[in-house]
Amino acid sequence: MAPKRPKSRRSSAGSKGKDKDKKTQPPTPQDKPGHPDDIFPLVLTSATQELFGCRTDEDVTRESPYKLLKKDNIIQDIKTRAAVSDFSPVKQIVLDYPEEEILLVFDRSFTYGQCFYLVLTPEAKDRILSPPEPETPEVFESEVSKTPQPKLWISLGSEQEIDEESVTETRQKLCYKFSRVRRKFGVPVCFSDRNTAAAKDSYLECASYQDSRFSIKQMQRDCGMQAVPRLQSSSAQTQWRFQKNICTQYYPRELHEEEIESTTQAESQRNLLNSVTPRVLQALQQEEIINVFLDDCKALGTLAETGDWSGKVSEDLVLHYAFTDQKYTKDKKVSSINWHPTIFGVIAVALTDKKKVQLDESSALIGRPAIIVFYSFSDPSNPQLLLECPDDISAFEFNPSNPNIIVGGCVTGQVVLWDISAHIAHLQGAQPGDKKATTDILDLDDNKENNTPVARYCAVSALQSGRKAPITDVQWLPQTFEVTRRGLPMENMYKVSVQVVTCSPYSTIMFWDVRVPQLLNQSLSDRQQNVDQKTPITPYSVPATFEHLDRTWKPLFRISLPKINNSGEYAPFKFSLQHYACNGNTGKNSEKAHENDSTEDITDYSQLRAPSAQTLTALEDVNTKFYFGTQDGEIVYTDWKLEKDDSGRLHSAKPLLCFRAHQGLVNTIQRSPFFKDIILTTGGWNFAIWKEDFMDGPIVVSPSSEQQCTVGCWSLSRPAVFFIGKEDGSIEVWNLLENTSEPAHIHAHITSAKITCVKPWTVSPKLHFLAVTDDLGMLRVFEIPKSLYIPSRTESSSVMKHFELEKVMLKNYLKRDEMWVKEKKEAEELKKKTEPDKPVKLQHENREENTKEHSHYLTLGENVLKGVGLWPAAADTGNT
Amino acid sequence: MLTRRIQGQKGVQGIIIVNSEGIPVKTTLDNSSTVQYAGLIHQLVMKARSTVRDIDPQNDLTFLRVRSKKNEIMIAPDKDYFLIVIQNPSD
Repeated sequence: MAPKRPKSRRSSAGSKGKDKDKKTQPPTPQDKPGHPDDIFPLVLTSATQELFGCRTDEDVTRESPYKLLKKDNIIQDIKTRAAVSDFSPVKQIVLDYPEEEILLVFDRSFTYGQCFYLVLTPEAKDRILSPPEPETPEVFESEVSKTPQPKLWISLGSEQEIDEESVTETRQKLCYKFSRVRRKFGVPVCFSDRNTAAAKDSYLECASYQDSRFSIKQMQRDCGMQAVPRLQSSSAQTQWRFQKNICTQYYPRELHEEEIESTTQAESQRNLLNSVTPRVLQALQQEEIINVFLDDCKALGTLAETGDWSGKVSEDLVLHYAFTDQKYTKDKKVSSINWHPTIFGVIAVALTDKKKVQLDESSALIGRPAIIVFYSFSDPSNPQLLLECPDDISAFEFNPSNPNIIVGGCVTGQVVLWDISAHIAHLQGAQPGDKKATTDILDLDDNKENNTPVARYCAVSALQSGRKAPITDVQWLPQTFEVTRRGLPMENMYKVSVQVVTCSPYSTIMFWDVRVPQLLNQSLSDRQQNVDQKTPITPYSVPATFEHLDRTWKPLFRISLPKINNSGEYAPFKFSLQHYACNGNTGKNSEKAHENDSTEDITDYSQLRAPSAQTLTALEDVNTKFYFGTQDGEIVYTDWKLEKDDSGRLHSAKPLLCFRAHQGLVNTIQRSPFFKDIILTTGGWNFAIWKEDFMDGPIVVSPSSEQQCTVGCWSLSRPAVFFIGKEDGSIEVWNLLENTSEPAHIHAHITSAKITCVKPWTVSPKLHFLAVTDDLGMLRVFEIPKSLYIPSRTESSSVMKHFELEKVMLKNYLKRDEMWVKEKKEAEELKKKTEPDKPVKLQHENREENTKEHSHYLTLGENVLKGVGLWPAAADTGNT
Repeated sequence: MLTRRIQGQKGVQGIIIVNSEGIPVKTTLDNSSTVQYAGLIHQLVMKARSTVRDIDPQNDLTFLRVRSKKNEIMIAPDKDYFLIVIQNPSD
């Protein structure tokens, strides 16, 4: 038997199991009987060994000493062999063993005294069979995984230190309240200085002193450093203390005579000229030959080049808006349209009844009231404003200086004034961009009709007795001048348009003044008092701007238009004045005008007084001659100044020119916006262009077309382009530089009815509109394509040259014509002389017949040519 | 004189000869215009010359042409003088 090894404690049983491979065993204290509690050393006989299959060194070895025995087998063995069984001492334990298998360990080294031992508890069995992992890591891991539990605080004396150090109140706080005596409040305070040393014990100080007990030497000291640049630039601004304006006057240095002499003789000058002259000559010649700075390619560029090369260049007028209103435009035709000068997108349209104009007053009451309709782009189907008229308006115009004032001419011969200042906000509110306003209007569906404001006319001229002639054209005189009763142009003090010119086929051309006439000043004030006494009846809110004119307005003066050749008068249909731009203010009246204008932009017309002729300065250079077109197609050029004839009465002068250019009535006379003296007239089947001061006729006449030309207007941006409206509802675009015998472009069938008015308008440099109205009362607004509103580079000068050329050609033609007539006469006379032998009578007869035939032939030719429109034929051969 | 040759060219309005200090020596224009031209152009020529020489010291100004809307001014500098010619081109 091996000597007994000291037994280890219980806890090292596992370690024993772990250390099974080690040969040496740790020493164990000997406080237990030979073996631990849960093992029992056994002796197994070889028979038992064989029975249970645990023969030493065969089934169980040192390396694998474990053998699990079934509990049932052991019990059976015990039963079979009773006391002889080796397991008898452990019988009870085996019976109590909870598990099925009991571990038998072969103890080769006889640790517990026997060669086998039986493990009694399942825990020990587990421990031996599956020995735990190396202890230290396991222990460590278990410590880490555990969350630290707060331990109870053990007082080690630190709280006493804290208590000593902490600051606590030893006693309660004392509270002192200081306040001044009430009576001293608000008393002025007087501060004074006091020296502390003056009074004893008034201060306490704790002075520092050098303590001799110790001295501390500062070994380390913190100090800061700053880096300063060595070079620094700075600037300063000085004050201009002594302000002094300095100026110097100098005169150029000039050489004296002798010096000049000497220098001219000098060699150097001769050398200069010799060396320099060739260069200079070359440069001069170069300059003369060619302009090196002109880019020919660029100069070639026409409007197509300036535009975009987007392939298709549209030449068409693009329809933007079509305005019509069932209620107002039914069975009416448009007589006149005007764009509002300042508000974008507002057009005023005057509508007249289609049935023949009746001149008696009663007819005005039958039927619907005459109106002028204002359309706005924002609302194509509803008019924005209606102007009520006493009767159908055939022409109207906005005042150029104040667009709120509108003058219109009726078919009854009356002149009507409106003031729409009250409705301007509404019109402006109806801008296309302001959608909110329109939606508001649309929301009130039932009130839609009522929402269109109606403005009644402010003033209407006095009804004339006798034959009433419709006013066919009305224009404001420009604000640069005004005319007196005699027709003399005077300077306009107020710088606003105050006078109106109207014309009508029966009662001639009249000048009207919208101001209070001077002579009536006195009676006016009386009248006003009278009016105040009896309450004035104004059913509608009519602005009182022109109250002074209402119903008593009479023209300033009239011009009669005697015919040039015979007696009788012309029937003017349309006229055209030359606008006058005054160059600067003249005389003392300018200051007054400034005073008037500085206060407000819109002058109060009722306060304007027509000044007497003496106070105004006459303007000499105003062109008082004007053109008008008659109902018979004649264009007449005359002067409106009244002259005194032999009897001393004022009468109108005879016209300076009368020319029959059209076969029908002249419906348009318009001056070109680019040239002051070029006038376009349309009438009948053709149109003509005139140059002022050229008395021999129109310089360009178009060939007669198949359709009647009903209206014409110049383009506002291109000097050579104008639009002609036709009877079949088409618009022709003519370009004088391209072709004068046919239109450049025809926009056919814009409407199905006759075109009554065409008016262009420039909104912005890229947006040009053309308003077209027709006989059905419809207004269409087209956008003018780029090709028609961008002028070519030299268009203006080209057009002028063209006109000059036409003029010259016309002159030449007329000269030739005269000469031809003369020659013919001479030839005839010669013929007369060279045929004396023939019987005189026969000669006479023949001659008479011949002359008759010839004159007949001549007149026939003339008529034919006139009818075709080739008389004079300068237009055909033009365009070089 | 050679000035007559220059003056005979088409479009020439006037000729001025100015010395190095800017004082007109000979002229075909009236006194006030001459003085004005001489003073202004002298400064311009000095500036132009210094510009050319600053860029390349070996270079020197030989001719200066100032073209304006209405006419053309040609300046030919030399050692001691310079010649100013004012021409109205044909177009």
